Amino acid sequence: MHEDLHQLAKMLHELDDQMVACMKCGMCQAVCPVFSETMKEGDVARGKIALLENLSHEMIADAEGVQDKLNKCLLCGSCAANCPSGVKVLDIFFKARVIVNTYMGLSATKKAIFQGLLTKPALFNSVLDVASKFQGVFTKTANEVIGSSCSRINAPVIGERHFMPLAKKPLRKLEPALNTRPGKGGYRVAFFPGCVIDKIYPQVGQAVLKALRHHELGIYMPAGQACCGIPALASGDKESFDKLVKCNLEIFEKENFDYLLTACATCTATIHELWPMMSGDKTESMQERIAALAAKTMDVNKFMVDVLKVAAPVQGHGTKVTYHDPCHLKKSMKVFEQPRALLKSNPKVEFVEMPEADRCCGCGGSFNLQHYGLSKDIGKIKRDNIVASGAQVVATGCPACMMQISDMLSQHGDKIAVKHVMEIYAETL
Amino acid sequence: MISASLLTEFQNLLGKDNVLESESDRHAYSYDAAVLDAVVPELVLRPTNSEQLGKTVALCNENKLPMTVRGAGTNLSGGTIPTKEHGVVILTNGLNKILEINEQDLYAVVEPGVVTAKFAAEVAKRGLFYPPDPGSQAVSTLGGNVAENAGGLRGLKYGVTKDYVMGVNFWNAEGEYVKSGGKTVKCVTGLNIAQLMVGSEGTLGVYDQIILKLVPPPVASKAMLAEFDDINKASETVAAIIANKIVPCTLELLDNATINLVDDFTKAGLPRDAAAILLIEVDGGHIALVEDDAEKVVEICKKNGARRVQMAKDAAEKNKLWEARRNALPALARARPTTVLEDATVPRSQIPAMIKAINDIAAKYKLQIGTFGHAGDGNLHPTILTDKRDKEEFHRVELAVDEIFDVALSLGGTLSGEHGIGTAKSKWLEKETSKATIIYSRRLKKAVDPNYLLNPGKIIGG
Repeated sequence: MHEDLHQLAKMLHELDDQMVACMKCGMCQAVCPVFSETMKEGDVARGKIALLENLSHEMIADAEGVQDKLNKCLLCGSCAANCPSGVKVLDIFFKARVIVNTYMGLSATKKAIFQGLLTKPALFNSVLDVASKFQGVFTKTANEVIGSSCSRINAPVIGERHFMPLAKKPLRKLEPALNTRPGKGGYRVAFFPGCVIDKIYPQVGQAVLKALRHHELGIYMPAGQACCGIPALASGDKESFDKLVKCNLEIFEKENFDYLLTACATCTATIHELWPMMSGDKTESMQERIAALAAKTMDVNKFMVDVLKVAAPVQGHGTKVTYHDPCHLKKSMKVFEQPRALLKSNPKVEFVEMPEADRCCGCGGSFNLQHYGLSKDIGKIKRDNIVASGAQVVATGCPACMMQISDMLSQHGDKIAVKHVMEIYAETL
Repeated sequence: MISASLLTEFQNLLGKDNVLESESDRHAYSYDAAVLDAVVPELVLRPTNSEQLGKTVALCNENKLPMTVRGAGTNLSGGTIPTKEHGVVILTNGLNKILEINEQDLYAVVEPGVVTAKFAAEVAKRGLFYPPDPGSQAVSTLGGNVAENAGGLRGLKYGVTKDYVMGVNFWNAEGEYVKSGGKTVKCVTGLNIAQLMVGSEGTLGVYDQIILKLVPPPVASKAMLAEFDDINKASETVAAIIANKIVPCTLELLDNATINLVDDFTKAGLPRDAAAILLIEVDGGHIALVEDDAEKVVEICKKNGARRVQMAKDAAEKNKLWEARRNALPALARARPTTVLEDATVPRSQIPAMIKAINDIAAKYKLQIGTFGHAGDGNLHPTILTDKRDKEEFHRVELAVDEIFDVALSLGGTLSGEHGIGTAKSKWLEKETSKATIIYSRRLKKAVDPNYLLNPGKIIGG
């Protein structure tokens, strides 16, 4: 079926310069959440790079085996952050996923979702709007504090998950498009809520908007925003990814603003880092346009603390709050002090650190769908660390982490609320 | 080829999930951290208890399958690269239990797959200390440390892995249980097989349990950084510190090439024109004694021509002083695609001669070599920065490595301080020892492993 491995090998050659930098020291084993569960070399960055190298040198014929291992990764970037020789592991893995998964073919389901739905924002939104109205029929509340649900029936995809239900009204219905001029705040910012905030956690988006309004900033939140593209890219669907990038680019280029803010660590990392990284095949002018928007993209916690300088520390009393570092904030963008500063500026918050706060929660987007057992084992460690902190609330900066952490806490019956840092910050305003 | 019935037998013994047979799985165990050609094993086996390990060895022996035991695969001399014909890898990461930490008798019993740093942390929790700290300790296993006699930064004062091995119980080539050493400080029962196991690189037995010595930790430490215009002065300083009866727990050296690469990488404002910097740390059981020693060290540094000496006042400053040393390997590794990390070791008085020779060799073969390492014990890491894809350049690297070893031996040194011989250095072994040494070692090997199945080809070739 895949006889022409030579073609695949040739395509992988373009990664050679990046892969050769891996000196096979094995230090990635110390930090890889997947390896710590499976203890298999093919699951850690060094092993995956060795397999890709062997595939590109036509030393291995089992392309499917390599593909499986390549896709069995959270893309959390812990390895890259800890790599002594600075191997750009995520660059390699994203590009390799595009090459290998395109060569081997996307699964029919993924094709249907990415190409049929995700790249058509209006259709995607209306499908999920309908779904939110019917979900109560099949699901029941699992944990009141967290607000999670579980399946009433034996549903194949949901399984034992305690998932966050779709919001009754997405952000886009609660807060129509905005285009305002700045007041005393001086800056004009664009806001990219992202799919998960829009559809599951609109209250996070509302908290962000409350803060932006409070600080009298000009806000540009256009209608018709598309997904940032990460689910498509992680599955190697570059075509859909490119469409999503273009769609968003055109919408945000219509207006001028100082920063593009997101409250989703994954969206920020995707726009800020992956958009330019994956634009090598585009025209020079397109590359420049992408780079310009990417450069303006910033995590909202970082914006509040580094640009607005709003977070003066106070001696907080009251609710014990801990913080989970999303990989895409800490490991990709080195944002970890700012969200803590925001939490510590709330007088009703007693901040406590959890052990291993920057350990991946195990979500990894579609990793959670393909390897739920493993995702849950990794998530259990995060849950144990949260519980060990004694916190009543766990805050974080990524709605994908919020979903995973909610699932883990809810399954264990823990009465610990899961919030976005901006929700807690907005309480002070 | 491994027969279907044997495969089933392994699967029945270990469980299907612990027998890796697919091509992509096997390829992930074909290399280690040494810059050598990969060899793909025919099978990868992962026992999860002692009994399974013994039976795995016995089954391999019965079926004449050469066994290479692998922990984290961080070996720098090819010791964990499997054997070419029908090689099988036995993984120890399923044998990762700390069986006992005895606070009264100051020993611990561990399985071979326990990760060094995790063990050291567990020991520290109980107020005790396990000093060996190889660079790979965050992932390396204690079994691998014993098999390679791993060293680290604390070698000068605290010794290396062999100084902490009290006993090793292991499976012999036939899968029978051999016990050696024990849990007492004094133990002269039988041949000292436990120490024979140390550094044997998997060629004499398959470790099942290791008994390690623990010591009380130091309570105080002081770190200093000294800059020198002349590497001879740095070396004289090292000698003078020790002549003054002070044994620092760390005495690390970075040469000019390394200083510049680290500064390029960290932009930390290191002295780019310094010929060498020494990072010195003294520790001990009482803060007053340690402070005394630290002051003496500063004096000695100045007296021996250090142009600048900084002493860390607190933990934050100490951390900052360490930054240059911590970033030595990362900086070197980033400079070029391939990093050849050597560990030729000389008597510490010969460090200036060795570094001069390394720099001459670098110039002769037009190569970039940065040298850093453990000045206190003469264990240097000349690190050659290259690109293995450039055949012509890599040939020059091989010639340079040959010459580095020649010089190290001529200065009364050794091929390897802590990385092991494996296959990477076995061809030079006779040069350092003698023909008779090789023959003696091979006879020993043949007597305990008549079928030549325990990591064959490593250390002594054959």
